[in-house]
Amino acid sequence: MYKILEKQALSDIIKLLVIQAPHIAKKAKAGQFVILRITQFGERIPLTIADFDAEAGTITVIFQEVGKSTRQLWSLNPGDNLVTLVGPLGNPSEIEKYGTVVCVAGGVGVAPIYSIAKALKNEGNRVISIMGARNKGLLFWEEKMKSVSDDLIVCTDDGSYGRKAVVTTPLKEIISTNNVNRVWAIGPAIMMKFVSIVTMVFNIPTVVSLNTIMIDGTGMCGGCRVLHEEGAKFVCVDGPEFDGHKIAWDSLLLRQGIYRNEEANAIKQWEHTCHLEKTI
Amino acid sequence: MAGTKRLQKLQHKMPLQDKLIRITNFNEVALGYTEDIAIAEARRCLQCKKPGCVKGCPVGVLIPQFIKAISEKNIDEAVRVMKIKNNLPAICGRVCPQETQCEGSCVLIKTGEPVAIGNLERYVGDYELSHRTCPLIKTEQSGKKIAIVGSGPAGLTCAVDLAREGHQVTIFESLHHPGGVLTYGIPEFRLPKSIVHSEIEYAMNCLDIEIKTDHVIGRTMTLDELLEKYDAVFIGTGAGLPIFMNIPGINYIGVLSANEFLSRINLMKAYLFPQYDTPVRIGKRVAVIGAGNVAMDSARCALRLQRIKGIELGEVRVIYRRSRDEVPARINEFRHAEDEGVIFEFLTNPLEILGDSNGNVIAMKCIRMKLGEPDSNGRRQPIPIAGSEFIIEVDTVIMALGTNPNPLVFKNFDKIQTSKYGTIIINEKTGESSIKRLWAGGDIVTGSATVISAMGAGKLAAANIHRFLSGKEPIQEPALSIS
Repeated sequence: MYKILEKQALSDIIKLLVIQAPHIAKKAKAGQFVILRITQFGERIPLTIADFDAEAGTITVIFQEVGKSTRQLWSLNPGDNLVTLVGPLGNPSEIEKYGTVVCVAGGVGVAPIYSIAKALKNEGNRVISIMGARNKGLLFWEEKMKSVSDDLIVCTDDGSYGRKAVVTTPLKEIISTNNVNRVWAIGPAIMMKFVSIVTMVFNIPTVVSLNTIMIDGTGMCGGCRVLHEEGAKFVCVDGPEFDGHKIAWDSLLLRQGIYRNEEANAIKQWEHTCHLEKTI
Repeated sequence: MAGTKRLQKLQHKMPLQDKLIRITNFNEVALGYTEDIAIAEARRCLQCKKPGCVKGCPVGVLIPQFIKAISEKNIDEAVRVMKIKNNLPAICGRVCPQETQCEGSCVLIKTGEPVAIGNLERYVGDYELSHRTCPLIKTEQSGKKIAIVGSGPAGLTCAVDLAREGHQVTIFESLHHPGGVLTYGIPEFRLPKSIVHSEIEYAMNCLDIEIKTDHVIGRTMTLDELLEKYDAVFIGTGAGLPIFMNIPGINYIGVLSANEFLSRINLMKAYLFPQYDTPVRIGKRVAVIGAGNVAMDSARCALRLQRIKGIELGEVRVIYRRSRDEVPARINEFRHAEDEGVIFEFLTNPLEILGDSNGNVIAMKCIRMKLGEPDSNGRRQPIPIAGSEFIIEVDTVIMALGTNPNPLVFKNFDKIQTSKYGTIIINEKTGESSIKRLWAGGDIVTGSATVISAMGAGKLAAANIHRFLSGKEPIQEPALSIS
């Protein structure tokens, strides 16, 4: 059993949990993920390790409440236990001194990119960060991002905070005025696709972190496979980070919707149960 | 009695769940012998002086002896004899390919059907599950610590044998439930999970074996760390990596590996969605590629899911490039699949999977095959028949083409010797790898094989780990392989 120590709402729908897991905290590196399960009936949920503290023996995960399982996860409280927590999974980010690196984060992607930006900064890179979200209510960790970036641009789709723009607009400007050596992009697949299209034109190596459907996280099911220039790759063991220029984005985007109907069904059931519990 | 023996040329049939009913549920298909049937079947055994059946068994179960005990109605004794060689008879009785092992070597085949050794083994195993007359006993503590990687048939067997010798055993399992392929791969209707859990729990409790689930060796810990902390290490991680055909269209929605399909169903209980959170998709026209046990399991799960989800006029096809005579599945599973209505497309090979603009599978382009000359293994090779291409309408494609060893366990441990297939190279006579104090066995050594051969390998490694820890020379048993 893995105990939840702390919970925090970063926005209306973006939530943070600190979980006791000394054996994972000891091994974790930026870019890796865990898989957790809430109850014996639960599905296996992959989540990026947003932060870890080897001394305290804790890991931090950040997630967006989108489906039944993430809502259920947020309904847990400090002192509650998860039945499964396994990791660290996936390959760590390749942190080196590249020169100038632009870190692009969309939505909940700020969580994984923070520890990468921090590691890049520590390695002596000049880090320019771009944070984007649909609206102000979905932004979080601006101060933390500022602390690990030489420059930070915040934008929202609706202009409710920062610049009214999608992340690729400031990205293009930065690329045209700076000698950018590498781009890291983490966020919704559609954002990573368009970042990759932009950087491809300028031939700038671009790392993306994929979050696909998976079960075991050890290469066993193949549900997470993506079409890559070199053939089918498994996100769980070959990734989660890939060269964004080599991914067949359209196939990936279509595959993300495989279980949309089932998710909607599960949410309906969950809301119904919650409603009943409240009534009782 | 001799007169009855001559008359009884055929096996006593295993009682089955009716085929029309069983395809609407995941309950066990084979219901098991009653005591009367078991005794009557046991009496068919001729008690050969030189039994072929024992030679056919990868772990050398004392078959005539346990059958004799059943025929004398002494089931406690049958259990005791069984457990000398096999700790998991309820499992082996259900999943072993008896027709190529013990039963394949039975002398009765000359005049009729062999003794139903598998059914009798299962009878003994099930009796022990409910009576527990034969507790596993640990000898004096040796003070030695052993790590076992993987809790499938090889790891479990190795763990039990070593714990009985008084060693302190810890098993590391990457998934959240132990059992390996017994848990994630083989469906409930063939091997009820309550049996797997009961066997594992019983052994763990009797012998103080610790199972650490959620531990991925290669990620959570490395083999080097295990070698540092433990006196010996055994790797039994199986062959878990799915093989996808190298044809266009494998990433369309609706194409999945048998591993994914079966893990969703068996490990995550997706057939009970939404009571369980994990969903599984099933279409109206399903194609399973391959004809091994995993293909049969997939096809039969698909058939059941279609009924449970109320899909009308659903069809499940098995696409196999060779003919009926070469089907590698256990004969009972193949027969059950046919009885249940699975359609077999023999001598057929997929060329391409076709999809629509939303990325969904809509059809598969196939070609008919014919069998050519036998290759060096004596297997007739399938050859495509030019111009025989055709399109078959499908919305779900399940790839059941076998599996490869998962290299994840070797992360940061390149020094171990592996073959070009990614299997660990061991001394076949002792089970030891190229690294001192590190043994391996099961599918990670042989590539995908059977539960019982993995158990045999676990036993051999356990014997030699024990000898090593006691300061003795290894025993050199003949390779425990079945071909």
